[in-house]
Amino acid sequence: MKPVLSVRGLEKRFGAVVAADALSLDIPASQKISLIGANGAGKTTFVNMVTGYLKPDSGSIALDGIDIGRRSPRSVARLGISRSFQIPQLFVELTAAENLTVAISGVGTRMSLRAPAQAQGRHDQAVELLSRFGLADLADRPVSELAGGVRKLIDIAMALVRRPRLLLLDEPTSGVSAEEKFATMERVIHAVAPDAATLVFVEHDMEIVNRYADRVVAFYQGRILADGVPSDVLKDQEVRRYVTGGVR
Amino acid sequence: MKNDMHPLVMVALVAAVTLLGRALPTWTLSLATVAASNALIALGIVVLARTGNVSFGQGLFFAAGGYGVALIANAWGLTDAVAQVIIGAACGGLLGLVIGPFIARYSGIFFGMLTLALSMVFYGALVKSTALGGSDGFNVGRPTLFGLSFADPREADFMLYAVSIIVTGFAGIGATFLFRSEFGLASLAVRENNLRVEYLGISANRIVSVNFAIAAVFAGASGAFALMAQRHIDPQFAYWTTSGEFVFIAVLAGNQSVAAVFVASMALELVRSFSNLYLPNTWQLVLGVFLLGVILFLPRGIGSLWIRNRRKRSTSTAKAPLTAERGATP
Repeated sequence: MKPVLSVRGLEKRFGAVVAADALSLDIPASQKISLIGANGAGKTTFVNMVTGYLKPDSGSIALDGIDIGRRSPRSVARLGISRSFQIPQLFVELTAAENLTVAISGVGTRMSLRAPAQAQGRHDQAVELLSRFGLADLADRPVSELAGGVRKLIDIAMALVRRPRLLLLDEPTSGVSAEEKFATMERVIHAVAPDAATLVFVEHDMEIVNRYADRVVAFYQGRILADGVPSDVLKDQEVRRYVTGGVR
Repeated sequence: MKNDMHPLVMVALVAAVTLLGRALPTWTLSLATVAASNALIALGIVVLARTGNVSFGQGLFFAAGGYGVALIANAWGLTDAVAQVIIGAACGGLLGLVIGPFIARYSGIFFGMLTLALSMVFYGALVKSTALGGSDGFNVGRPTLFGLSFADPREADFMLYAVSIIVTGFAGIGATFLFRSEFGLASLAVRENNLRVEYLGISANRIVSVNFAIAAVFAGASGAFALMAQRHIDPQFAYWTTSGEFVFIAVLAGNQSVAAVFVASMALELVRSFSNLYLPNTWQLVLGVFLLGVILFLPRGIGSLWIRNRRKRSTSTAKAPLTAERGATP
């Protein structure tokens, strides 16, 4: 099967630090892939390069065969890759629905000069997206008043607006309590399913990885240490030594 | 939305303020004309400030509008006030369209300093240009309206007052619609997090450029009003202190309310006139204390006086408790 995302020989250095060391990876459609690794292993650098925030020193990134390695985040988003952030990047002075409305207004060719409430039912679309995450009743609340976990879900909802070919989630359950992490992840998986067929999520919680990922890619010092189904990767001796620490 | 003023009410308000001019003493007419003209350019600064960028060089477009109108008026004998406003707006807007995309790539202090630098370059060029009267500038004729000339000074003042109130009022209504629109929402989003806006596939630069062009159109039209009021133009139009005065009004107003810009502009003109009258040697000190007072007690501007109250009311009615299920800690 032709991969949605194809990465070849990707390299990125920050001075003496090697953040990506000849990374090669294919991501086929409809998979849920988890990226794991200790802090500084290169997961977020990989996500930042794929989404256009960082330009690779060398190597190629192709989305459906189109080279996106030198494109801007805006261009990459328009081509079909969306992301959420470890620390939610929202417009905190706006309400939850307004945040979604801004995202929705960017999808068309022209931004409306009408008020959001009157513009082609976009407010309704925003509320519908929020309701998928169980947040419809918070639609008119300013984001500044909302809790971290809720903000995270809104951040993901915003990334979904473009119905991306590939959705990258940076630690979707970080900051969520142990009791709520599965419920949160269930909610995310359920909510993204209609719009994002291919999902890549950075995760530190191996229980989440084991339960929700079809495939796991383990990073260590900018390299891919292991790549395979969760049961195999999480048992790998090097992964246990350098990534999971054999704790979980 | 339910608290927003209906457009017809806004139009009626503009009509009422225009007709009020008939009852106002003559000296207040010219004061109100200057206040409306300054409010127009300050409104442009507020439009731009909603993207998180402040222009310290709106004098550039103010002067471009003024000089454009003055040159055309003297060359072709065009004296119609409405035509002059349109020409001024076009001159400012065209310049804004050219400069906007270039300057939108910068933000924060770099954006502000670049605008200031451009206005000072223009000022320098005007001072050195003998064809444009150098530092002395040149005069233009008395404005007319739809072929009518006004020999009576009170009628002439009222005509200019009415045109300035109507144009500025409609610009205010336009800005209100802009603020309420999706585009206005996206402008606020750019101010808060322009990188996130880009990640959503939206061009933050384009949003800043459009707002910049709108601000330039307002500044050009304002330059035309200033020219008509003074019937003289000189490089001072582009000088940094002129730009600073407009920023002063925008700071006084805050960026939450269009009406606040008009209130702030009028308040500033009143404070300036009365302090100049009663304290001729220390009027700048009074102005400084006035601004200090507003910054200390109304840090979000005069508009926060009524916007804050409206927000308080709407939050207290809309607030629903967050459930423990969401782990909410607001």
